[in-house]
Amino acid sequence: MTTLATSEDMARVDDAFSPLRFLWTVIRRDILLAARRRGDWLTAQFFFVMVVSMFPLGIGPEPDVLRMVGPGVVWVAALLASLLSLPRLFAEDYRDGSLEQMLLSPEPTVLVTLGKSLAHWCIYGIPLLVITPILGVQFALPGEAIAVLVLSLLIGTPILSLLGSVGAALTLGLRGGGVLLTLLILPLYVPALIFGAGAVDAALSGVGYSAHLSLLAAFLVLTLMVAPWVAAAALKVSIE
Amino acid sequence: MSISWFKYSSPATFYGLAGTLAPWFAWSAGILAVIGLYIGFFVAPTDFQQGEAYRVIFIHVPAAWMSMFIYLVMAFWSAVGLAWNTRLSFMMARALAPTGAIFAFLSLWTGALWGKPMWGAWWVWDARLTSALILFFLYVGIMALWSAIDDRRRGDKAGALLILVGAINVPIIYFSVKWWNTLHQGASITPSGTSMDQIMLWGMLIMAIAAWLYTIAAALIRVRSIILESERQTEWVANILEHK
Amino acid sequence: MDWASWDEFWAMGGYGLYVWGSYGVFMLAILIEIILLRRGQKETLKRLKRLKTWETQ
Repeated sequence: MTTLATSEDMARVDDAFSPLRFLWTVIRRDILLAARRRGDWLTAQFFFVMVVSMFPLGIGPEPDVLRMVGPGVVWVAALLASLLSLPRLFAEDYRDGSLEQMLLSPEPTVLVTLGKSLAHWCIYGIPLLVITPILGVQFALPGEAIAVLVLSLLIGTPILSLLGSVGAALTLGLRGGGVLLTLLILPLYVPALIFGAGAVDAALSGVGYSAHLSLLAAFLVLTLMVAPWVAAAALKVSIE
Repeated sequence: MSISWFKYSSPATFYGLAGTLAPWFAWSAGILAVIGLYIGFFVAPTDFQQGEAYRVIFIHVPAAWMSMFIYLVMAFWSAVGLAWNTRLSFMMARALAPTGAIFAFLSLWTGALWGKPMWGAWWVWDARLTSALILFFLYVGIMALWSAIDDRRRGDKAGALLILVGAINVPIIYFSVKWWNTLHQGASITPSGTSMDQIMLWGMLIMAIAAWLYTIAAALIRVRSIILESERQTEWVANILEHK
Repeated sequence: MDWASWDEFWAMGGYGLYVWGSYGVFMLAILIEIILLRRGQKETLKRLKRLKTWETQ
C-alpha cells in the first residue's frame, strides 16, 4: 500500500497552519485509500442494509410493530456496521509501517486519531445517512420520523467513529481484535443509542425531540473533546 | 488501602505487607458478615409491605455498592499508575477487577431474585439495573482486554485507559438510562422507596463493610500472585521460589 | 425476629426460593472466588518454579 506521499507536508514545522494541513492530509489519505478499495466500503453498507432487513423477517410484517422497533433497529444496525469497519482503522497502516511514520511526525498524535476518525465517519458514516430513508420506509416510518432519524444519525455517527477509534487503538494487533473491540466499545455507545433512537421515538409519539437531539449533540461534543486524546494515548501504548 | 506511600509502592515490600495484612482483613470480614447476617435474619423484623423477601437487600445492596466502589478504586489506581508510572498501582487495579465483576454479577442476580416477588418481573429496565448491567459489561471488557494482551506493560496502560474512559461514561450512562426510563414510564419502582427500619439499615451497613473488608483481603491475596508473576526475574522472587 | 420454627425460617414466608436462591448463589460465588484465589496462588508458584528451572538450564 502506498505510504504517505506528502512527507513534505509533515516536514514543514514552521508553518502556523501545519497542524491543520497535517490533519487534512490524514483525512484525505484515508478517504483516497478507501476510494481505491471500494469493496470494503460497499460491504459495510450492504451489511447495514441486510441487518436492518433481517428484523422484519424475524419480527413479522405488522406495520405498527415495525414502526415501534424501527428506530432502535436502524440505530443498532448503524452501531454494528460501524464496529465492522473499525478494526481496520489503524491496523492496515500499522502493518505497512505508515502508522509509525505518522507518529514520528512532529505534529501531535491526536491529529492522527482525530483525522482518521473523521475520515472513517465520511467513508462509513455519511453513506448510512443516505441509505436510512429507504430503510425508514421499510419500517413504515412517517416522513418526519425519518427526518429525525437521519438527523439523529448525522449527530450520532461521528460519535461512533470517535469512540470506535479508542477501541481500535486499544485493540491494535491483538488476537480476537474485532470481537474484543465490539465488547469494549458497545457499552460506551449506550448514551448515543438512547438519545438517538429516543429522539425518533419522541417524533413518532408527537412529543418534542429537541431535548434528545441536544443531549446527543452534547455527547458528541464531549466525545470530540475526549476521544481523540485517549485514542492517541492508546496508540502509543499499543505500538511502543 | 493507601496508608504509606513510597516505601510500599515497591512491589517487593508490598508483597510482604499484603501477606501480613490479608488474614486480618479476611477474618474481620468473616466476623462482620456473621454479625450482619445474624441481624439480617434474626433481629430485623418482617417488612410490612414486602414480607420476608426483602431480606435479599442484605446482600443485594452491599453487592451493588461494592461493584461501583471497586470500579472507582480501580479508576483511581489507573489514574495514579498513568500519572506516576508506578507498577504496583496497575497491579492493584488488576487484583480488584475479578471481585468487582463478581459483585456486579451478584447485584444483577440478587436484583432479579428480589424483583420477581416484588413487582412480578425477573428483570426491569430501570436506571439502576440497566446501569448495573452495563457496569458488568465494562468489567468483562476490561478483563477481556487484559487477557488478550500478553505484554504486561501494554496491558497495564491499555486497561488503565479503558477503565478511565468507562469511569467517565458510567455517570453519563446512568443519567441517560434514568432519563430514558422516565420517558417510557416503565416499571420504575425503586426498592429503596420504602422508608427503612433502623435495624435493616444497620444490617445492610455491616454487610457492606464486611464486603469491603472481604474485597481488600481478596485483592491483597490476588496482588501477591500478580507481583510474583510480574517480578519473576528478580532475585527476591527467586529466593521465595526456593523456599516454598 | 423470632422464628416460630426452622421450617418457617427456611420457608421465608413463601419467598424461600428467592431469598435462598440469592444467598445460595452469593455464598457459592464467594466460595468459588476463595477457591480460585488459593488455587491461583499455588499455580503461580508452581508455574514460576517451572519457568525458573527451564531458564537456568
